[in-house]
Amino acid sequence: MTRRIAILGAGVMGLCAATELTRRGAPVRLIDPAGAAGPHGCSWWAGGMLAPFCEGETAEPPVVRLGQEAAPWWERAGASVTRAGTLVLALGRDRSEVDRFARRTAGHRMLDAEGLAGLEPGLAGRFARALHFPGEAHLDPRAALAALQRGLSARGVEVETARGAADATAGITIDCRGLAAADALPDLRGVRGEMAVLRAPEVTLARPVRLLHPRQPLYIVPRGDGRFMLGATQIETAHRGPATARSVLELLGAAYALDPAFGEAEVLELGADARPAFPDNLPRIRRRGATVLVNGLFRHGFLLAPALARMVADLVLEGKRPEVMDEDHGEW
Amino acid sequence: MPDFYGTHVGSRLMLGTAQYPSPASLAQAFRRSGAGIATVSLRREAAGGGAAGGGAAGGGPAGGGAGQAFREIIRALGVRVLPNTAGCHSAREAVTTAHMARELFGTDWIKLEVIGHAGTLQPDPFGLLEAARILAADGFKVFPYTTEDGVLAARLLEAGCEVLMPWGAPIGTGLGLNNPYGLRSLRAQFPGVPMVIDAGLGLPSHAAHAMELGFDAVLVNTAVAKAGDPPAMAEGFARAIEAGRLGFEADPMPPRDMAAPSTPVLGMGLLA
Repeated sequence: MTRRIAILGAGVMGLCAATELTRRGAPVRLIDPAGAAGPHGCSWWAGGMLAPFCEGETAEPPVVRLGQEAAPWWERAGASVTRAGTLVLALGRDRSEVDRFARRTAGHRMLDAEGLAGLEPGLAGRFARALHFPGEAHLDPRAALAALQRGLSARGVEVETARGAADATAGITIDCRGLAAADALPDLRGVRGEMAVLRAPEVTLARPVRLLHPRQPLYIVPRGDGRFMLGATQIETAHRGPATARSVLELLGAAYALDPAFGEAEVLELGADARPAFPDNLPRIRRRGATVLVNGLFRHGFLLAPALARMVADLVLEGKRPEVMDEDHGEW
Repeated sequence: MPDFYGTHVGSRLMLGTAQYPSPASLAQAFRRSGAGIATVSLRREAAGGGAAGGGAAGGGPAGGGAGQAFREIIRALGVRVLPNTAGCHSAREAVTTAHMARELFGTDWIKLEVIGHAGTLQPDPFGLLEAARILAADGFKVFPYTTEDGVLAARLLEAGCEVLMPWGAPIGTGLGLNNPYGLRSLRAQFPGVPMVIDAGLGLPSHAAHAMELGFDAVLVNTAVAKAGDPPAMAEGFARAIEAGRLGFEADPMPPRDMAAPSTPVLGMGLLA
C-alpha cells in the first residue's frame, strides 16, 4: 500500500483520519478548500465532552462503546485531555430527572450534597444529589484540532486548499466533508446546534456539568481561564445562521439557574452550525469504488472520530470491514 | 374512527414528532402504533424570522428551507400532517406561524397553540379565540389547543372551529386527566364535536381513561418520545386507546356505592 490517500475535509473527522493513517505509515494528503479547521466547520463549535456514558441516555449502544476509545486516542495524539468526569444535576422541581438519567446510563455513582460539595465547592448547598460519571473526560475542541494539525505538519502533512487535477484519480479518497457530502449521501441531514462561550471568573466548575431540564437541557464545559462553553440546542434544520435570541435566552437562563455566578459573566462568543446526521443518528462508513465516505457523527464528533478513524485505517490498510459500514461497493 | 373537517382518520392516536432520540426511532414509533396523524412544529430561523420551540403534545421543529430533510422524514411516515404553532405567545405570532406552516406543509390544517403563561404553558384563551377567528376566516381548519372550559369551547366553535383539543394536564407533565369532571362535562355539552385530548398524558392508562370518557382521539408526544423505548410506548398507547374505546362503546355499568353480589344465590344445597 504505497498509493497516496486523499482525505477530503479538515474538520475533526478528516484530521483524525489523517492522524491515524499517518501514524500507521500511510502516505496522506489532506484537502479542504476552506483551509485549516475554523469557524466554517461545525467541529469548531463543538462542546468537546468525551462523555460516552452520558450520551447513552439517548444514543444507541455503539456510541457508548466506541466513544470509550476517544479519551486515550486524543491523549496519544497530543491533545490536552482533562479527566475529571461529568456531573449530572437537576433543579428542585425536576429532581426525578436525575433518577431517570441514572436508570438509562451506566458508569455513574450517586453523590449526596456533601459528595457534590467535595467535587465542586461552587455548587455546595444548592443540590441535594448529583450523578458523577468518573470515567468521562473533556477537551478544548479548537486546541485539540490545532494539536492534530501540528502533529500532521510535523510529519509533512499540511492542509491543501486545492486538490490538483493530476492527482484526482491517483488512489483512495476518504470523504470526510461532513454536511457538504450531502450531495453524495441523500439520507444525511443537518441538525442545528447553538452555543455560547462566557468568561465567568467567579465560576469554579472544574468538569462538564449537565443540567437536566424537560424543556431546556444544558451542558457547561470548562475551557480554562474562567471561560465556559454553554451548549447546545438541537433543532431539526440545516440552517447555519447566527444563534437566535430565544435559544441564547434559554442557554443563559439555564446557566444562571445552575449557578448565579454566571449572572456577571461576559459573553465572549455566540455560535451556531449544523451537524451531519443519518436517520438513526449513528455514524456510517460507506465504500463506493475507490472512495470511502465517513459521515453522520451528529453531536458526537470528538467522541466518535477516533474510533471511526481507526476503522477507516483498518479498512484501507488491512481490508477489515468496519462494523459501521452499511454499504460496500468498493474496489481497489 | 374520528372524522376531522370531513376527513376520515384511521387511528385515534396522534403523535408529536419532537424530542425522539432519532428520526429512526420516531418512524418506528409510528409503525408500531399505527398512529394516523403527525403533529409538527415550525422553527422559523430558516425562513429568516425568530424561532419557535417547545410545544404542547406537539411536534418536532422543522425550519423553513433548511428543515427540508426533517420534513421529508415526516412525509415518509405516510400519515396526515398536522402542523402546529407551538411556542407562540400571541395571536399575531400564531397567525404568522400558521401561514408559514400552510406554505411549507401544503395543508390548511393547523393545531393552534397560543401560550398564556410561560411556567404552566397554559393556553391563553383570549389570544386563542382571536387567532382562531382570524385563521378560520382565512380558510384554515383550526384545531385549537384549549382547556376544559365549556364557555371558551362554545366561543371557539362559533369562531369556526369544528374540532377541539382540550388538555389533559399542562404540557409535558405526564399527569394524565387532571380534571375528569370538567372534561366529562365538556364532552357532554358538545356531544357531536370531535375532541382530541392533547397534552399532559404520561401513561397508556391515561389514554384509556380519555377514551372511556368518550373523547375521539388523543395526542401524545413527550410520553412516547422520552420513554426509554419510544416505539414500545407508542404501541402501548395504541393498545390502551383500543381498550378504552371498546369500553366506551360497550356502554359501561354505572358505578355504585354499595356492593352487589355478582353470583346469584340459588339456594343452599342440603348435605345429608
